[in-house]
Amino acid sequence: MKLPIYLDNHATTPLDPRVLEAMMPYFSERFGNAASRNHSFGWEAEEAVEKARKQVADVIGANAREIVLTSGATESDNLALKGVAQMYAEKGNHIITAATEHKAILDTCKRLEKEGCRVTYLPVQGDGLVDLDMLREAITDKTILVSIMYANNEIGILQPIAEIGKICKERGVLFHTDAVQAFGKVPINVVKDNIDLASISAHKIYGPKGVGALYVRRRNPRVQLTAQMDGGGHERGMRSGTLNVPGIVGLGAAAEICRTGMAEETARLRQMRDWLKDRLLSELDEVFINGSIEHRLPNNLNMSFAYVEGESLLMGINDVAVSSGSACTSATLEPSYVLKALGMGDDLAHSSIRFGIGRFNTMEELEYTADKLIEVVRRLRELSPLYELAKEGVDLTKVQWTAH
Amino acid sequence: MAYSQKVLDHYYNPRNVGALDKGSPDVGTGMVGAPECGDVMKLQVQVNRETGVIEDAKFKTFGCGSAIASSSLATEWLKGKTVDEALAIKNTDIVTELSLPPVKIHCSVLAEDAIKAAIADYKRKHEARQDAQAVEAR
Repeated sequence: MKLPIYLDNHATTPLDPRVLEAMMPYFSERFGNAASRNHSFGWEAEEAVEKARKQVADVIGANAREIVLTSGATESDNLALKGVAQMYAEKGNHIITAATEHKAILDTCKRLEKEGCRVTYLPVQGDGLVDLDMLREAITDKTILVSIMYANNEIGILQPIAEIGKICKERGVLFHTDAVQAFGKVPINVVKDNIDLASISAHKIYGPKGVGALYVRRRNPRVQLTAQMDGGGHERGMRSGTLNVPGIVGLGAAAEICRTGMAEETARLRQMRDWLKDRLLSELDEVFINGSIEHRLPNNLNMSFAYVEGESLLMGINDVAVSSGSACTSATLEPSYVLKALGMGDDLAHSSIRFGIGRFNTMEELEYTADKLIEVVRRLRELSPLYELAKEGVDLTKVQWTAH
Repeated sequence: MAYSQKVLDHYYNPRNVGALDKGSPDVGTGMVGAPECGDVMKLQVQVNRETGVIEDAKFKTFGCGSAIASSSLATEWLKGKTVDEALAIKNTDIVTELSLPPVKIHCSVLAEDAIKAAIADYKRKHEARQDAQAVEAR
């Protein structure tokens, strides 16, 4: 077993060697511009791009022509939200999203608010799921778009996408989903789920960084977007810029591997995740799972280890790469807004760890991680005045703290 | 962000972890911070009532590695100092010793606050005892 161990697969994933192999020729001899229509270099590049487009489309039951290639999911999210807001400005100016969305959605919404849009940020329930009745009530005749993520990047919660799609369809509102964490990991069908726009990223599915896609529905309804960059009119005029051919080939290859291996991989990762969860729950007291365990990505585990601060935990397991919702690990000094949206106290948010199990992790790595984590939690609790007080029977919520 | 060697050393080998009898008249206890802020430090000093010298110091900290190191270092520095010398310890001394980056300065501030709170608690007990003795002497 090689150290350090990578268990942060929601942040990014290692490139699958098969993906790298597919990409390699497009860095060297097959260097053509996919927009060159008058020679074989261009045709070769275009063919590779069209193959990749189909490979991406096949994962979500879409048509290849509905895939707009981008630089990544942040661009896809921006294009979807701003593109719809501008294109459909005459129809309305109201957008509905959720409090637990990725910053690429929330910050784009903030920008749109400054430009005259009205945005409703739906709260989530304790398990992380959006309340469908609240969504129904939030839709007005000014609503043009609902954007709810498929799977959350911190807690792995799978939203009731099919139900949301159905509501949007009935009310004639476009439905965008940030599918970055779900794409290639759980079955998605844009037709069955009534999804009109979906953001996709390559580097979360063992593909390269710097490439992604936006699914844009072409029929029933035909979704139109205002382009956010001016240029050569690539990608049906929605996204100009010379295509990143090697990256796109990588995205396609990665998507194809996910599609063909999904059933096996999902079962394997779920089993590994459940083993880790059960081991930690059986060895340690006062450990909590954040968010629904039922409606969750198979490879995600997010837990809080009460009375132990997250960054000190990460420091103790420094040969295991995971992330924490603790403020100390981020630049903002605020604990995770996603965990807070579940109604969790700041103290438990500070004590949280996110595990993202990936294709290349082994049981041996998880065993090592569990052993080390159990040892570190016990050691830090010996050091924790909060654990001491709790063991004395003191109710920590009743203590007069000196906030700083 | 990389941790300094000294922070790592205090994190892996914290000095003076534990608790002193907070009911003892010679022990001063300070607890500062709040769980929702991600930092709580408890620092205790045991003072020789004749000489005013801190004979023992213990801590427990909920917080990041820098917070643990700041409080561990504080207990090391406190031992052997008089109460008044201890009050002269500044957070900037801790920052320098542990090479704390700007985002971790609040950890050192918290450690200074913990020292001040523990000594204030001791002084309060000490003065109460002297008052009681004065009453008895009358």
